[in-house]
Amino acid sequence: MIWNKEIECASREQMREIQSKRLVEMVKRVYDTVPFYHNKLKEKGIEPRDIKGIEQLKDLPFTLKTDLRDNYPFGLFTVPQSEIVRIHASSGTTGKPTVVGYTKKDIDMWSEVVARSLTMAGVTKNDIIQVAYGYGLFTGGLGLHYGAEKVGASVIPISGGNTAKQIQLMRDFGSTVIACTPSYAAFLGESIAKENIDPSEIKLRVGVFGAEPWTEELRTEVQKLLRIKAYDIYGLSEVIGPGVSMECDCQCGSHINEDHFIPEIIDPITLEVLPYGELGELVFTPVSKEAMPLIRYRTRDLTRLHADTCACGRTLVRMEKCLGRSDDMLIIRGVNVFPSQVESVLLEMEEASPHYQLVVSREHNLDTLEIKVELNEKYWSDEIKVLEGLKKLISHKIANVLGLTATIRLVEPRSIQRSEGKAVRVIDNRKLK
Amino acid sequence: MIIKQLSVFLEDKSGSLTDLTKILSENNINLTALCVAESTDYGIVRMVVGQPERAVEVLKQNGFSVNLTNVVCIQVPNKPGGLYHVLQILTNNHINIDYMYAFSIENAALTVLRSQSVQEMIRVLEDNKVTLYRESDIYQLE
Repeated sequence: MIWNKEIECASREQMREIQSKRLVEMVKRVYDTVPFYHNKLKEKGIEPRDIKGIEQLKDLPFTLKTDLRDNYPFGLFTVPQSEIVRIHASSGTTGKPTVVGYTKKDIDMWSEVVARSLTMAGVTKNDIIQVAYGYGLFTGGLGLHYGAEKVGASVIPISGGNTAKQIQLMRDFGSTVIACTPSYAAFLGESIAKENIDPSEIKLRVGVFGAEPWTEELRTEVQKLLRIKAYDIYGLSEVIGPGVSMECDCQCGSHINEDHFIPEIIDPITLEVLPYGELGELVFTPVSKEAMPLIRYRTRDLTRLHADTCACGRTLVRMEKCLGRSDDMLIIRGVNVFPSQVESVLLEMEEASPHYQLVVSREHNLDTLEIKVELNEKYWSDEIKVLEGLKKLISHKIANVLGLTATIRLVEPRSIQRSEGKAVRVIDNRKLK
Repeated sequence: MIIKQLSVFLEDKSGSLTDLTKILSENNINLTALCVAESTDYGIVRMVVGQPERAVEVLKQNGFSVNLTNVVCIQVPNKPGGLYHVLQILTNNHINIDYMYAFSIENAALTVLRSQSVQEMIRVLEDNKVTLYRESDIYQLE
């Protein structure tokens, strides 16, 4: 099933036409209403009438996360506050939160792209969907909620956490779809296994997981634990929230809803646009948003784009699973480290669980990396030599993948903090100036 | 003759052993024998208790990582050469011991033995007239 065949299967020419028309209109609109963009375009010597279509996108200036913070809270809105019907904000661990606003029309568009996404995963009005993303300032919960209602599915707005209740409703209501972060999905699966619940009582068939980077290994693990097919949904609040892109049944990358979010891949150093198939930083221009359109927003996510028609029939450009956000990348003793690399190693080993945490510290001007690993209870031994052997094995495999020695610390199951369903993968204690 | 020993994984942090014994105390579970094996960042607490299944249940409910390990408990005379006599039997029968712990009161010493080949160990010990504790004996030790 395809939710919006006209758009999702449009020819490349048709898509460029839609994008061109919307871009021209949007550039004029932000020039007239947002002082930040007015000045930025003027600095570059660009007048809105110079922009004739999508081919000139590459000439436009970039927008960075810091630009959003500098214009905190409503500086980038193009409409008066009376037109805004919703405000979301990022958690903002460093400084001010990132604020985004939506008009009524924006919410409709968001619901449309999430409806397309859920349809890609085979969700229909006959499904019961448990939305276990956090509801609130975070875009996950409400984003999925509106899209699922648009599809006509029965929505259980349970929000994140409260695992016992999640499992109870899953059994009592017969939920067929679960939407949450992949780490929470793994946790739910383990909890169900622990309680010795008859698998026939759980009717789940589809998982819609996103909001944090995850690996193919974790996908395999969660699919096995919950006996479902797991789909990757991608999004970021600056662009809209979940529903920027989504995997179809072929799972050969995520289809970007590019009539609303024009994607580019750039070289993060030279800032030149790279051709399809090359690895670089993903940039989005959310071109149809009323309240807060952005020009060439740099996501820091590293990936590749592919424009060939998918086996599912959709022509929407596909992005590969992100290797990680460059924001998530740690530089430890000069070595680039992504938490997802550690995850891949751990998931290859049955004895370890996908719950881990990287703790980076600096002692005597030397970076140290400690990796806390929760043991898989099924495999833990009561013999020190077995556990020490396991630590050595993990350490050895990590060193092979990262090119860096890490201290492995085995910790009790369920002892690593899980906040709002989003796993805390990194604690960086280095005080860098 | 197999005794189910509780093995609990504890992180090396202040109060974790206290928390463990608090739960056992609140549930009226008595410890017959206990030993702590420690590494740099964690420890394993091995315990012999009267009602191992119930103890596992309450510990799991309280979030402890616990499992049961098959061990053998023997009675050794509390005199020089008592343990030597038993170990000699095991060595002669090629049975390796992974770990053991013991304590003695009055005339006897309770010794807990763990081996990969528990059944074989029991057979050899019985053949050699070593006194083995049964699960019901452990209850009485409470």
